Amino acid sequence: MKTTYREALRAALRDALARDPRVFLMGEDVGRYGGCYAVSRGLLDEFGPERIRDTPLSESAFVGAGIGAALGGMRPIVEIMTVNFSLLALDQLVNNAATLLHMSGGQLAVPLVVRMTTGAGRQLAAQHSHSLEGWFAHVPGLRIVAPATLEDARGMLWTALEDPDPVLIFEHNGLYAMEGELDEDAGPVDIDRAQVRRAGGDVSLVTYGGTLPKTLAAAEQLAGQGVEAEVLDLRTLRPLDEAAIFASVARTHRAVVVDEGWRSGSLSAEIAARIQERAFFELDAPVQRVCTEEVPIPYPRHLEEAALPQVADVVEAARRALGAR
Amino acid sequence: MSANAAESPAGDRALRLLREMLRIRRFEEKCAELYQQTKIRGFLHLYIGEEAVAAGVMQALAPDDAVVATYREHGHALARGVPAGAVMAEMYGKQAGASGGRGGSMHIFDAKRRFFGGNAIVAGGLPIAVGLALADRMQGRARVTACFFGEGAMAEGEFHESLNLAALWQLPVLFCCENNLYAMGTSLARSESTTDLALRASTYGVAAWPVDGMDALAVESAARRAALHVRGGGGPAFLELRTYRFRAHSMFDPELYREKSEVEAWKQRDPIATLAARLEADGLLEAAALAGLEREVAAEIEEAVRFAESAPYEPVETLTRFVYSEGSSAASARGAR
Repeated sequence: MKTTYREALRAALRDALARDPRVFLMGEDVGRYGGCYAVSRGLLDEFGPERIRDTPLSESAFVGAGIGAALGGMRPIVEIMTVNFSLLALDQLVNNAATLLHMSGGQLAVPLVVRMTTGAGRQLAAQHSHSLEGWFAHVPGLRIVAPATLEDARGMLWTALEDPDPVLIFEHNGLYAMEGELDEDAGPVDIDRAQVRRAGGDVSLVTYGGTLPKTLAAAEQLAGQGVEAEVLDLRTLRPLDEAAIFASVARTHRAVVVDEGWRSGSLSAEIAARIQERAFFELDAPVQRVCTEEVPIPYPRHLEEAALPQVADVVEAARRALGAR
Repeated sequence: MSANAAESPAGDRALRLLREMLRIRRFEEKCAELYQQTKIRGFLHLYIGEEAVAAGVMQALAPDDAVVATYREHGHALARGVPAGAVMAEMYGKQAGASGGRGGSMHIFDAKRRFFGGNAIVAGGLPIAVGLALADRMQGRARVTACFFGEGAMAEGEFHESLNLAALWQLPVLFCCENNLYAMGTSLARSESTTDLALRASTYGVAAWPVDGMDALAVESAARRAALHVRGGGGPAFLELRTYRFRAHSMFDPELYREKSEVEAWKQRDPIATLAARLEADGLLEAAALAGLEREVAAEIEEAVRFAESAPYEPVETLTRFVYSEGSSAASARGAR
């Protein structure tokens, strides 16, 4: 059936709410407004205000309440409007959700799911456009996933809810309107493995989330130039599926990491470092990176586009990796 | 215990409070001693002087109620029924500790007794308490979540967010503000524009009362009344428990910010001495009974220390255990390391 990323996310929410009475959704404007990005539209009518809870603008309190409710036997889904706003809840996410199990000696698991929007591309400027998922991927105790396909938008939520530990789901705002075909009976998918989205033997393009479509487009362009790129979608940012990354590098011997986060101290740096540590002798060229320019994301379209990873940047980076041949 | 006391329910109640407060006091005096001997390390925040608060409030709670506390929580843990040995072993960082030794003094957890820490971020526990109460409400359980925090927490955004949310959703949280007048070294008057804390809480539409936190009987009565209100669906309640910390903030505090005379004045209102004196005056406690109580408490603490001393440390091999739940795919993923 034809659907969108947004509708697939909504179908996943509806499915989870129908399946498990412990599941509820809370966040800013998830109910009457229908969700800032319209993901939860219609769910209030279907499931009522007890399970579709509009919260005050109190990120710390409602994320912390999600942790408490999870400890109390519920399976909360907390929506944070954007990753920039999640900074107001960092205390709860980093000091509590991530620590309680270990610090309590294994007594207190926190089966919490947090969904939030990430990324740029909609001219929302420097307080609504950043890609900070790499910060969260730094923290032991959290699981970080980034659905980039309709299947994952539909399937990751239930698996995340079944996980005993906190899972943060990052939805790139540029993907919500993405259309495509999805099986009628599409259901839960794993949140452990990276996936090869396009096979190719010449260079590995490693990416996730909002830069997957751009990276696939770059691979098409490269194919026109006689270069077969393999595109690896990480899907899960913590724990990283290292084996899949190393296996891809072992096939192609060249790697480009495409990440909408900033370069310094980033997820792309982590991936490059791990390849260097564990797959160094597979490499025929230095690992290349395509990241966002190190500026707060600006408002005007031409500057925003210049700041973000673009298809041409990925093509160029792949050619750099190949040029060393 | 005193034969006289057994004859009166009020006497029973008072003796129970006296006993709980003595357990906390003597336990912590021992902790200070063990800290000097470097048996206990890290931060150690003593509750001495404030015992009436934990001892009193806990009387109002049932076993399936929940408790969320702060980094100054040895007293709450003991009064909640966490065994003294498990609390002491936690101080020692031993595996037999309440949190497996991983939390230390500031992070005592006991899931079985619904004791949810042990939160060392000021006001960090309040949102969690709201969530525990939300879970109870959504599952139709008539439980109370008691959330302890110091008056310093009232300067944090998380306090205001949590009070508002609990009041908005009418959740069964009993907010217990332990006003000991100092946020570490900053006095209430130097950090808050309004120092009437119950009044401030009441602006959120929360039932709020100030309570003499040096009087264990008054604390217990207020807590029972507040818990009844909360359990009965009246929404959250707030108690401002006016108390005082006799010891330094932590073992590193030179106490430059308050006068010795102020501390001495508050010590005249020692919650243990005043309750014992009252019981004696009422003929409910004899000197011999008090001595017997002291002996029992001393024996319990001695046993706790012995237990902690002889308990093993967690082997280094299990350091990364429980970063993720056992059996979950994240726990076995290489990339998690």
